[in-house]
Amino acid sequence: MLRKLSHFSILLVVMVLVILLMWALTGSDFMNLGNFQSMAYQMPELGILTLAMMIAMLTSGINLSIIATANLSGIVMAIVLTMAFPAESAMTNSPWLVVIAILAGLLVAAIVGLINGFLIAVLDISPILATLGMMIMLSGVSLVLTKGYVISGFSPALLAIGNKDILGIPVPMLIFLGCAAVMGLILNKTPLGTKIYLFGSNPTACFYSGVNNKAVLFRTYIISGIYSGIAAIIMISRFNSAKADYGESYLLLTVLAAVLGGVSAAGGFGKVSGLILSLVILQIISSGLNLLGISNFFTLALWGIVLIVVMIVKYLIENWSSKKWST
Amino acid sequence: MKKILSRHETYVFIAIVIFSIVITAINPSFFTLENLFDLLKSYSLMGTFAIGMLFVLISGGIDISFTAIATVTGYTVAVLLLNVGDQLNIFLVFLIAGVVGIALGMINAVIIHFFRIPSIITTIATLNVFYGILTVVSDGKWLYGFPTWFGDFATIRVFTLHTPEGIPYGLSIITVIWFALLLISWFILKYTLLGRSIYAMGGNPNSAQRAGFNIFAITAFVYSFMGLMAGIGSVIQALLVQTVAPNSLVGKEMDVIAAVVLGGASLTGGTGTMLGAMLGVTLIAIMGNGLTLMHVPALWYKVVIGFVILVSVGVSAYRRKSSARKRVIIENS
Repeated sequence: MLRKLSHFSILLVVMVLVILLMWALTGSDFMNLGNFQSMAYQMPELGILTLAMMIAMLTSGINLSIIATANLSGIVMAIVLTMAFPAESAMTNSPWLVVIAILAGLLVAAIVGLINGFLIAVLDISPILATLGMMIMLSGVSLVLTKGYVISGFSPALLAIGNKDILGIPVPMLIFLGCAAVMGLILNKTPLGTKIYLFGSNPTACFYSGVNNKAVLFRTYIISGIYSGIAAIIMISRFNSAKADYGESYLLLTVLAAVLGGVSAAGGFGKVSGLILSLVILQIISSGLNLLGISNFFTLALWGIVLIVVMIVKYLIENWSSKKWST
Repeated sequence: MKKILSRHETYVFIAIVIFSIVITAINPSFFTLENLFDLLKSYSLMGTFAIGMLFVLISGGIDISFTAIATVTGYTVAVLLLNVGDQLNIFLVFLIAGVVGIALGMINAVIIHFFRIPSIITTIATLNVFYGILTVVSDGKWLYGFPTWFGDFATIRVFTLHTPEGIPYGLSIITVIWFALLLISWFILKYTLLGRSIYAMGGNPNSAQRAGFNIFAITAFVYSFMGLMAGIGSVIQALLVQTVAPNSLVGKEMDVIAAVVLGGASLTGGTGTMLGAMLGVTLIAIMGNGLTLMHVPALWYKVVIGFVILVSVGVSAYRRKSSARKRVIIENS
């Protein structure tokens, strides 16, 4: 019981500490609605990408191609939005065009996931290498499609997704919460979720329990791809543009956020609830330091330090409790 | 013959030969000594990083933070060069960069060993810590205008030839440094107890420990060696471009890992050779150079590299799979 609870409770303690610290340092700047709203606009991008990373990590894999997938999918959406119809056509400002563009982007993201699944499940390439190769190739494809330029200027209907709010809650945040809820449902309430955890803990045992391991991997990477595509919607509408190399620095941060949230790098363990706590902690640190006027790069350093400290505390607690049990 | 055919390096070598023939057929200026020396100079940086990465991969770990380490060592050296450049010489510069690199690598090793945190997680965290702190301290400023002796050293050639037009070219001292590192590391890996113990640990850490190897000592050596290579690499980078920028290396860590893996090192540890790693770097180098010489637009470069990586890891995964199947058949019969 202690072991099970430990990571979540460490995170809760860290979150309270971080909130108190930032409150003490910045005072009323931190504890007001405007600041919470701006945090709620910033968190979803990294959040959804982290969910995409998480599901791959649960199967003891990793998906290094999430950012490249998101960029390619965003570019496909941008191409449909800006080039599919002539400027004077009735379609250009129609909300239906936005729907078509988003579906096209998500389809591309799902196909990328399918290819990742094929490389990993059928060809038996280790996930880190398969997705590394895909990452390089996809960012190449994005470069070729855009010739290295930015595609910009989208219709108001698309921009609304990234910049409007409903009852004070930003739309990106609602999308993120929806994605997190769906991921939670997939992992906890469907046979696929159980199989993903089982596969992540022990693929051989999973296979001999009659699970079709290949199908599990295929679905995992397709879901991971689609989540990257959803992140792309928010990215292009927040930036009002699409480009081949947006958000590359997010890649390693998603691993950092997932691990901080309790996702084991060896697979099989990790919950959506822990992930959300971890994202909140990272966002509070980032917003708090920003209010204090401290460089973003210091935020990066602090994120790294928080991760190491949490992992060390977790190790010490596990060590201590296992010693207690054995005596 | 069978042994040669069963080695991954053979296939990488064949790929290199085929690529070279194709490129030369399209643009004969590829197959010239001038281009060769040029390539050897500009890929010394990746080659040096790849040596360190190979050690880490063989030990069963991975190090993402080496670009951040190299950024810190490069910046340290650059600040010293600008302030007390007259009292320094090239050996001191390499020594300082190396010592700082070893110290930072040691931090990785301590966290990985004593707290059992997976190396990929540790080094992603330390990448952010090293890089974040350096960028804050340095304010992101580019440093240039180093002492003349530092610029002069970079242009030293071991021997000089001339093109028909009279332009001099030759084997750069930077390439010689890389080759020297290569030779020493190859010797360590192949013929010393230390080198063999890295393979033992990568193959199975528990057995290695029971066989009497000091696991912490090996971990410490591997990560500080990666730090050393990052330090030396940062000086090579400074020599090559005569500028040190905080953001020039971070983000390129995956390219080096890809090159080493192309050469047959496995991410699960215990396998990989120096020859393979260098063939991997060579393959990446000639593809980059060849695409330019064949007038393929630079936009396509990443598509081709990504495709080649996927084909290469796909083929080696397939061969591993079919050899495992063969073994099962033999054992059952």
